[in-house]
Amino acid sequence: MSDALLTVARVSKSFAGTKVLQDVSLTIANGEFLTILGESGSGKTTLLRIIAGFERADNGTLTMNGNDIDRLPANRRNVNTVFQHYALFPHLTVFENIAYGLRAKKVPASEIKTRVESALAQMRMSEMAARRPAQLSGGQQQRIALARALVNRPALLLLDEPLSALDATLRVHMQGELKALQRETGITFVFVTHDQEEAITLSDRIAVLRNGHLEQIDTPRELYNRPRTAYVAAFIGKANLLPNGMAVRPENVQVVAPASVPVASGSQSWTGTVKRIVFAGASDLIEVDCSDGIILNARVPSGGSYPPTVQLLVASEHLIPLS
Amino acid sequence: MYSRSYQRLVSIPPLLWVTAFLLLPYASLFLISFWQVHSQQIVHQWTLHNYGQLVGNPVYLEVLGRSARIAASVTILALLLGVPLAYFVSMRAGRFKNLLYQLVIIPLWVSYLVRAYAWKTILGGNGVLNTLLIHVGILHQPAAFLLYSPFAVILTLTHIYTPFVFLPAYASMAHIPKALIEASGDLGASPFRSFWKVIFPLSLPGIIAGATFAFVLSLGDFIAPLLIGGPNGIMISNIVVSLFGAAYDWPLGSAISLCILILVVVLISTTESVERRLRLGGAR
Repeated sequence: MSDALLTVARVSKSFAGTKVLQDVSLTIANGEFLTILGESGSGKTTLLRIIAGFERADNGTLTMNGNDIDRLPANRRNVNTVFQHYALFPHLTVFENIAYGLRAKKVPASEIKTRVESALAQMRMSEMAARRPAQLSGGQQQRIALARALVNRPALLLLDEPLSALDATLRVHMQGELKALQRETGITFVFVTHDQEEAITLSDRIAVLRNGHLEQIDTPRELYNRPRTAYVAAFIGKANLLPNGMAVRPENVQVVAPASVPVASGSQSWTGTVKRIVFAGASDLIEVDCSDGIILNARVPSGGSYPPTVQLLVASEHLIPLS
Repeated sequence: MYSRSYQRLVSIPPLLWVTAFLLLPYASLFLISFWQVHSQQIVHQWTLHNYGQLVGNPVYLEVLGRSARIAASVTILALLLGVPLAYFVSMRAGRFKNLLYQLVIIPLWVSYLVRAYAWKTILGGNGVLNTLLIHVGILHQPAAFLLYSPFAVILTLTHIYTPFVFLPAYASMAHIPKALIEASGDLGASPFRSFWKVIFPLSLPGIIAGATFAFVLSLGDFIAPLLIGGPNGIMISNIVVSLFGAAYDWPLGSAISLCILILVVVLISTTESVERRLRLGGAR
C-alpha cells in the first residue's frame, strides 16, 4: 500500500510464558477504518495496546509514517485511544476532560477553548461542559471519550470495544455516528471488536485474529465471499464446510425436488432429508441431513414448504476453496 | 427486624464503654479545669484562672507553638517521604510491590518505644552516627545538636509517622483504575504530569487523612521529646504530664488538655469535611 500510515511487522508478545501474539504483520492505510476482529483471547486488545504504546512487543517493529516507534512511550505517539470503559477522569469536568490532551501539549488557552467547544458541539454535548463524567449516561460518556481523543487530531485513533458497554439500540446508533465521524474527520480508525456484524457494518477492512495469529485481512466483502480458512468462513456469516475442503454460503445452496433438475458439470449435488426449517426474518434456513452424514444449511425464501427428501445443488462458482 | 428490647440490650455495652472511657473522663477534665489548687490541695472553687494562665503565661503558648511547629515539620517531611513512596510502590514497583509494601509496614510491628530508643542510640554522643562521622573524619568530636534537640524529635517522629501517611495514600492510589493513568499518557501527559493531574488529585482524600494522622499524633507526642528532645525539645504533652504528676496542678493540666483537644477536634472535622467534599466531587 503506497500511503501506509502504520506498519506492524512480525510482532510477537508473550505474558508469563503464554504467547498472546505470534508473528502478526499488517499495514494500516491512511484514512481507512480498520477493524481488528477476534474472539476473547485472540490477542486483539494486546495488539491495540502495543500500537497505543501501553505494551512493548517482544519482537517485531512498528513503523509510523516511516519512523520507527517501538521505543516511543504512549505520551509521545501521535495516537489516541478510546478506552473500553471510557476512562474519563472522574475529578475533572467534561470540558477539562476534553482539554486534557491539549493542555498537556501546551496549546494556548484561547485555542483550547475554541477547539474543545467545537468538539462538544460536534458531539451535540455543548450544554454538558460543566458536568462531571458520573453525571452522564453511558452514551454521553462515550461521546466525551471520543471528543477527548479526537480533539487532539491524532493521525490514528484506536477504539477498544467502545460500544460493548452500551445497550443494543444505542450501540447501533453509535455505530452510525462513529462511521460518520470517521468520514468527516478523515482520521484513520483502528477498531477492536468481537462482534462480526459490527465489524462488517463499519469497516473498510477487517483483520481477523485467532489465538494470536492473523487469519486474514481483507475488505468485509472479500472476507465473506472469499474466506481463506474454515475459521474465517464460519466466523464471518454462516457457512457450510464441505468435507472436500470447500465452503459454501447457505444462500448459494439451491433446494429442489429430487432428480428434478439436471446437475451441471462442475456443480455439486446432494440428496438428503429435511431436518428442520428455521425462521430467519426475510428468509428461512433449511437444515438438510445428507446421505453421507454431512448436514447442510440452505437459505430459502420465507414460508415455503418442502418434501421430506430434497436435492441440494451448488454451482461451481459458489464453491470457496479453503486452505 | 430485631425487637426493640433486643436493640436496647445490644446497645448497652457500647454505651457503657463510651460513658466510662470517654464521656466521664472528658466531663471530669472539663470540671477540673475550672477548679483551683490551694496549698497542694485541689479546691472545688470555680475560677477561670487556669485559662487565664494558659493565655497569659508565655511559656505555655510558646511550647504549644513549638509543638505545632514540630508537628507541622513532621507532617511535611512525612508527606514528602510517604506520598512519593506510595506512588512508587503502588504504580512503579512491578513485581517488588508486595515486598516493598511489607518493608514499609514491618517497623509498625516494633514497639514505638523501641524505635524512639533506637534513635537515641543512633544520635547520642557515643552513638552510631557520631562514631561513624568521627571515624570517617568528617567530625573531630561528637556533634551535640544531634541528640536532645527539636531536630532529633522531628527526625524520630518523621520516622515513626511516615507509614501513617504512606498507608492511606497507598490505599487511595491502589484504587485508581490503571486505565485512567494510561489515558493520561495516551493524551500526551508525561509520567510527572500524570502524577500531578490524575494520581495526586484522586488520592488526595487518602493523603489528607495521612497528613492528619501525622500532625495529630505528633502534636500529642510526649515520649520522643522526653527521650531525645532535651530542654529545647519539650512539647505541650510533656507539660501536661508534669502538671498532672510532679507539679500536681490538675486544674491547669486539664485546661491545657482541653485546649489541645478542641484544637485537634477542629482540625480533624475540618480535614474530614474537605475529604468528604473531594470524594463527593469525584463521584458526583
